Amino acid sequence: MVSTALFFLFAGFAIMCAISMVYHKNPLYSAISLVGVFISLACIYVTLAAPFIAIVQILVYAGAIMVLVVFVIMLLNLDDEPKSSRLKYLYALGGGLGLVLLAQTLFVVYAVSRTPNQAIDPNATVGNTIDIGRAMYTDYLLPVEIVGVMLLMAIVGSVVLARRLSQPALELVIDNEEERRSEELTS
Amino acid sequence: MEPNLATYLGLSGVLFTIGCVGVVFKRNALGMFMCIELMLNAVNLTFVAFSRYYADVHGQLFVFMVMSVAAAEAAVGLGIFIAFFRNRQSIDVDTASLLKN
Repeated sequence: MVSTALFFLFAGFAIMCAISMVYHKNPLYSAISLVGVFISLACIYVTLAAPFIAIVQILVYAGAIMVLVVFVIMLLNLDDEPKSSRLKYLYALGGGLGLVLLAQTLFVVYAVSRTPNQAIDPNATVGNTIDIGRAMYTDYLLPVEIVGVMLLMAIVGSVVLARRLSQPALELVIDNEEERRSEELTS
Repeated sequence: MEPNLATYLGLSGVLFTIGCVGVVFKRNALGMFMCIELMLNAVNLTFVAFSRYYADVHGQLFVFMVMSVAAAEAAVGLGIFIAFFRNRQSIDVDTASLLKN
């Protein structure tokens, strides 16, 4: 009974926060709403007997990634989005896509609810840190190593991308840009 | 009504739909990025729900991999946004039209 109430509380909170994220024009409000989604999903993971994933969700998503996003919003000093000059068919396309996905969701819920969908073993605790660690460093050793290399590549890549160009390279870029502009003017 | 597999899948599908519609509606690159994160989280929820219902740890390991990819994506993506903003003084994706025509 309590778990049911908690599930619907957090599910409602997650959906509300997700809608608010898409609705708000100010990126900072969107970011705060997204933190709400992440935290309510972490609470749902706890009710699904996955405490490790819940903690990692809080640490990685609500902690690291959202702090990064808020930092970028602060660095770029973004204002509200200006009035849209976008083609109207994109809104129709988005609405149609949403309707199709929602219908698909309803179909999945209907199909799954007709099958015996209770947990195979309600007392199983597969989400313990010890189980996850054991699987991670035995069966999944190679993927974990690959993920480590990928994170290293991401660090190097983001530093290279966000770095300012050195003075000769910058001058080259500016020269190219000016040449392109003058060509546009003459043509 | 006790929450069962169908309700978890329903919640995940609704969150995925909201994220997918948001990617089309948002013009701000950061907003699109946040919608993609929301879609990744919806998929993670299905992984954890199936992992619970089949009493199998592999779904949660997949969630771990997805989170690592999301972290790498965040680092590289935000680096791209900063470089883009430096060149265009805007983060509106419609201004990224250098290759048009």
